[in-house]
Amino acid sequence: MVEPRIALERVTKTYGAHVALAEASLTVQAGEFVALVGASGSGKTTLLKTINGLIAPESGEVRIEGEAVGALEPHILRRRIGYVFQEVGLFPHLTVAENISITPKLLGWDKARRAARAAELLDLVALPREMAGRFPAALSGGQQQRVGVARALAAEPHIVLMDEPFGALDPLTRDALGDDYRALHERLNLATVMVTHDMTEALLLADRIVVVADGRLIADGAPQVLAASSDPEVAALLAAPRRQAERLRARLGESA
Amino acid sequence: MSPQVEAAFARLPEYLAWHVLLSASALGLGLLISLPLAVAASRNRHIRWPVLAGASLIQTIPSLALLALFFPLLLVISAASEDLIGHGFSALGFLPALLALTLYSMLPIVRNGTTGILSVSPAIIQAAEGVGMTPRQRLFQVELPLAAPVIMAGVRTAAVWTIGAATLSTPVGQTSLGNYIFSGLQTENWVLVLFGCGASALLAMATDQLLGLIEAGAAKRDLKRAAIGAAGILIGVVVALTPLISFGKPASYVVGAKNFSEQYILAEMIAERIEDLGGEARSKEDLGSAIAYRALASGEIDVYVDYSGTLWANVLNREDNPGRQAVLEELTKELAERDGVLVLGSLGFENAYALAMRQDRAAELGIETLDDLARRSASLTMGGDLEFFARPEWQAINEAYGFDFQARRSFQPTFMFRAVTSGDVDVISAFSSDGRIAADDLVTLDDPRQALPPYDAVVLIAPDRVNDARLLAALRPLIGAIPVEAMRDANYSVDRDVDKLRPVEAGRALSRTLGLD
Ligand SMILES: Nc1ncnc2c1ncn2[C@@H]1O[C@H](COP(=O)(O)OP(=O)(O)OP(=O)(O)O)[C@@H](O)[C@H]1O
Ligand SMILES: [Mg+2]
Repeated sequence: MVEPRIALERVTKTYGAHVALAEASLTVQAGEFVALVGASGSGKTTLLKTINGLIAPESGEVRIEGEAVGALEPHILRRRIGYVFQEVGLFPHLTVAENISITPKLLGWDKARRAARAAELLDLVALPREMAGRFPAALSGGQQQRVGVARALAAEPHIVLMDEPFGALDPLTRDALGDDYRALHERLNLATVMVTHDMTEALLLADRIVVVADGRLIADGAPQVLAASSDPEVAALLAAPRRQAERLRARLGESA
Repeated sequence: MSPQVEAAFARLPEYLAWHVLLSASALGLGLLISLPLAVAASRNRHIRWPVLAGASLIQTIPSLALLALFFPLLLVISAASEDLIGHGFSALGFLPALLALTLYSMLPIVRNGTTGILSVSPAIIQAAEGVGMTPRQRLFQVELPLAAPVIMAGVRTAAVWTIGAATLSTPVGQTSLGNYIFSGLQTENWVLVLFGCGASALLAMATDQLLGLIEAGAAKRDLKRAAIGAAGILIGVVVALTPLISFGKPASYVVGAKNFSEQYILAEMIAERIEDLGGEARSKEDLGSAIAYRALASGEIDVYVDYSGTLWANVLNREDNPGRQAVLEELTKELAERDGVLVLGSLGFENAYALAMRQDRAAELGIETLDDLARRSASLTMGGDLEFFARPEWQAINEAYGFDFQARRSFQPTFMFRAVTSGDVDVISAFSSDGRIAADDLVTLDDPRQALPPYDAVVLIAPDRVNDARLLAALRPLIGAIPVEAMRDANYSVDRDVDKLRPVEAGRALSRTLGLD
């Protein structure tokens, strides 16, 4: 049997008395695109960070391609996993190109290969190549976010973790970038976990949707499976986009 | 340009070179120690407090005291290494100055370094981990570059402090721009004092501006600006140091001098006499009183003039007073036995502690002796030089005469004379060979109970020079040759406000008057 790319088994993380993650179990296979949804403070970021070892769980086990995360050198592990931070976290003293090619540099890629890769990724996230020499402070919030996505993808990881990667983008760019990323995901057979607050985005891009509530994973399945869920919380979450669509149709129809 | 300023400029290359070498080395060494300390302190909460508190504590020690403290410490270490591996090292001059200044430079660098590293935002730190950096890569590629502007600001502060404090290395025997200041203060040559202060301030400002360029370059990620600053510093240091290539070679004889005019004059006289006999001589001026003898005994300096009473009390720790001749004889014997130091002989005059008053004031109050003074002391104010009230001589006359002064104040000698002539104090501690006694219309008071020990000026020779024929030949003619009046005149020619002579000129004039040239 092929090892799953990501496997969490009964992972628990607490902050003092607060349980941020309660016995969470999750597997993601190669080629799977999982959306993590749930209320603010429910534990989505915590879950994502346990996967690349930024947070060490109190109990439970995390395995990446069959290897236990605790047993690996953390920096070696993280160079294999692309991570888009919720707060972006670009290095202010490095240019856009240097930010994008930081992991390749740590991996010892030569200069020419890094430059070529940075240009390629700027194209992918729809930023002009002239931006390569700018510093992050000279970019808009949405532009910074796209550089963050490019940085995560630079070292050609098999696993990509994204914490609200498109939050600051206008709807058009967001749509286009989502589609482009989905295509890349399929072409390279990646394992992707993406946190999003946008249910529509989750439904359109993901193969599976995992719902987090108070540190527990209360639902995990394909959009249509979840749509049939009897859990009231899950049902409410999924009902929202549909209801929105109906109201939208009604309003636009009225005015037409 | 006035001859004074011209003479000051002539010495600038040497003084500046030493000053720059000293400050730059101290700052470099300080950085080398402080940066790792700052990194450790930012990493570990438990050592942060002790490191920062320790650096602050050092800062509270007056810099002059810190410099002086290293001399005895190094002397002990040097003696231990002599025993252990057969090699001692110089406890005087560059080493103590370097160590003290290094310690002194540390606080701003450690503090800013720690703050700078700690102020890098947690999101950036986590991003550094997230992209796969090791802790070391995170430090060098993220934390240090981001903290660089703050660290550089600390380095600037440290540089300004170090350059200023380096002027204080003169009293521990290290040539610096402080030589102008200390010599100037002693000889009341204010031009010289200003010159020294100005030179050191200019140096500090120039360094600060260049380091400021590096700081701005680091903050704005403007490599060109930082490079200009760094190049400026480098070129400045190299240019300043070039004179040392010629000055740096060790002179064959080192003549010591404490920090007052008589000592400068005698040291210059001795140095010229050595040179007349084909030797090379260099002087180490402004040695602290406590440091000078130890420097001689350990061979740091080869010859200097001290006073029998000083040696009697400070070196032999004696409090009795067996009389002038007996003190001389016993000193000669004891110093030879104990330290191998040769007391070549007395120069012929005494520079004794005496209490002095304005002539008119003494007459008005009917004071001629210390007994008369004691009767009136309750309504009088006493001024002393900086060490007088801590000296056994003060204790001795105090016990013998039972003074009860209304107030006691300590002064720099120069200001002490100002204070007595202006009437701020009534009586001062003075030295019998001081030219200002006659010039300021002061009288010295008699000591009928012989409480004050004798202070014959004696020539002392270092243990490894006691058989040096050239040195002995150069110095022997001086023994018994200088009467107190001649010394007073020579001292006054350097100390007076107008027509001042430089010590070297006064020394030549004295030689000429006495037929010693
Ligand atoms: N370092 C911490 N110390 C204490 N509590 C923390 C810490 N980090 C997170 N928490 C708490 O753990 C819970 C889960 O946080 P997490 O960041 O995973 O939420 P989230 O689902 O990502 O929320 P959001 O959608 O707002 O980003 C929250 O209640 C949060 O307050
Ligand atoms: Mg979050």
